[in-house]
Amino acid sequence: MRGVSLPRILQGLMMNLNRFLLGLLLLAAPAAWASEDVHSAEAHADTAAVHVEEHATEHGASHAEEAKEGFDPATVIMHHIGDSHGWHLFDWNEHPVSIPLPVILYTDNGLVVFSSAEFHHDQEGTHVVEAGGQRFVNIHEKIYYASDVANEHGVYADMDHETHEVANAKPWDVSITKNVAALLFAAIVILALFLSTARSYKKNPNGAPRGLAGFVEPLVVFVRDDIAKNNIGHHYKRFVPLLLTIFFFIWINNLLGLVPFFPGGANVTGNIAVTMVLAVITFVVTNINGNKHYWGHIFWMPGLPVFVKPVLAIVEFIGIFTKPFSLMIRLFANITAGHIIVLSLVSLVFIFETVWVSPASVLLTLFISVLELLVAALQAYIFTLLTALYIGSAVQDDHH
Amino acid sequence: MGIVTPGFGLIFWTTLTFFILLFLLAKFAWKPILKAVQEREEAIDSALKAAEAAKAEMASLQSSNEQLLKEAREEREQILKEARALRDKTIADAKTAASEEAAKVLDAARAQIHNEKMAAMTEVKNQVAQLAIDMSERILRAELKDATAQKAMIDRAMEDVKMN
Amino acid sequence: MTGSITALGAGLAVIGVGIGIGLIGSRAMEAIARQPEAAGKIQTNMIIAAALIEGAGLFGIVVALLGNN
Repeated sequence: MRGVSLPRILQGLMMNLNRFLLGLLLLAAPAAWASEDVHSAEAHADTAAVHVEEHATEHGASHAEEAKEGFDPATVIMHHIGDSHGWHLFDWNEHPVSIPLPVILYTDNGLVVFSSAEFHHDQEGTHVVEAGGQRFVNIHEKIYYASDVANEHGVYADMDHETHEVANAKPWDVSITKNVAALLFAAIVILALFLSTARSYKKNPNGAPRGLAGFVEPLVVFVRDDIAKNNIGHHYKRFVPLLLTIFFFIWINNLLGLVPFFPGGANVTGNIAVTMVLAVITFVVTNINGNKHYWGHIFWMPGLPVFVKPVLAIVEFIGIFTKPFSLMIRLFANITAGHIIVLSLVSLVFIFETVWVSPASVLLTLFISVLELLVAALQAYIFTLLTALYIGSAVQDDHH
Repeated sequence: MGIVTPGFGLIFWTTLTFFILLFLLAKFAWKPILKAVQEREEAIDSALKAAEAAKAEMASLQSSNEQLLKEAREEREQILKEARALRDKTIADAKTAASEEAAKVLDAARAQIHNEKMAAMTEVKNQVAQLAIDMSERILRAELKDATAQKAMIDRAMEDVKMN
Repeated sequence: MTGSITALGAGLAVIGVGIGIGLIGSRAMEAIARQPEAAGKIQTNMIIAAALIEGAGLFGIVVALLGNN
């Protein structure tokens, strides 16, 4: 049930949330901010026609009609918080300027690698790239094997007229997309930060922490003592590295996501794939470390009447999956919502088509950005804390 | 489909990146950092404990010093008191001895004087008696040279006897 | 039509979550005011409880939106 319909449910959720937020903001306050997003917003205002089609394929034709006129914030925002094969920086003279990223496809005939620039910013499947003796099209940042001939809209794919689902086969896409590039950048930042911190400890073994170490150490000690030790119990030591990695991975990615220009601004921790991987890691670590006691509490809860036990076993068994699932959704929803709100506020300038909204827009964006700084740390904390709590419940000894 | 379908590529890269990060950080960052932090904590702990112990030792030293001082002071007091007592006793003894001696001497002197006086008195008495006898002998001789006188004498004596 | 109803359902779920988290927040504040020395512990538990309720809310929204498809 979950596997099939969940993505659709969530998509519905996000779309509704998005629409709801925009409606709310339109009613509530007139409101911009100079950044990639503004540039991209301007750009998209000009190239809206292209995106209108994209939007239409997701939402149905009615939206396309109203949006055809000009700037469609929903498209821009959805484009921003999604993933893409090139890193769009800004538009210049009505031409999008992006950093091309490598497209890596595992096809039926082996690996195929080419630059995302070869799509020429096409996301509608109208431009066919030939590589490795095969033909590919990019439809909404998903890469398909191209059909031999274009359909009536010029798209080299078979699309369902009702649902706009593409029937073409897909190669395994392991491209370095915008999110992957941002992820790798974050990984480099994290490595640089902590390896240099570790080096400073080697130089200065028993002294007071200085510089970076002075910043990092309280956080490390916080994760070790307040998150790991308090929630896992006396087996906490071997989980500390994992928890530290999760905490800083999420936090640094969250923070980089708040940076509005180039190496930041990608919605990495607001991407369901990333949060899913993290949640799966929590799930796996929790369950492979589950002791007799843990499984006993799931399948045969002690201290209850026998007829309640099977019922509770079902609930608890579902709980095994819902816990990491809620971790996944929570992080995804919080970070994505943050990006949507910031972009919505920025978009106000383009919605009202006047510069006079900008003070309100900038102030509100500033306010939300500061709030998002808090949320960035809080969500990293909550994810790590709950992971520690779940691991703690799995490795805990006798007391309930 | 949109933003809520996990993309395979990103799952792949996230997993790969996360595990490489986990490995590198665990080995080259968390391990030395946690070790250093723990060592420092232990060092601080032991330093604090040592300081505490030193403080306790100082305190005990101080108290033993005080004890010693107190004892010394008490001893001095004691010695002084004893000395004072001894002095007083010596003085008192000397005084009593002296007064006793003086009394003895006085007594002896008094006895001597008494003896001397008695001897002198006896001497004087004897001499007076002798003188009286001599005088009376001479008087008697002078008085009783004739018989009448003797007779008158006897008579007066007789009269006295009669009157008695 | 179903979209509006599911949106209503999601909204209702959020009301519950809002009340729940609000109660947690207010009680946590009271508790901290009463025992400022236990603030750290109270905060941790507050955040855990809030996160769990938020999770329940997210499930509520998900279930509410089941009808959307």
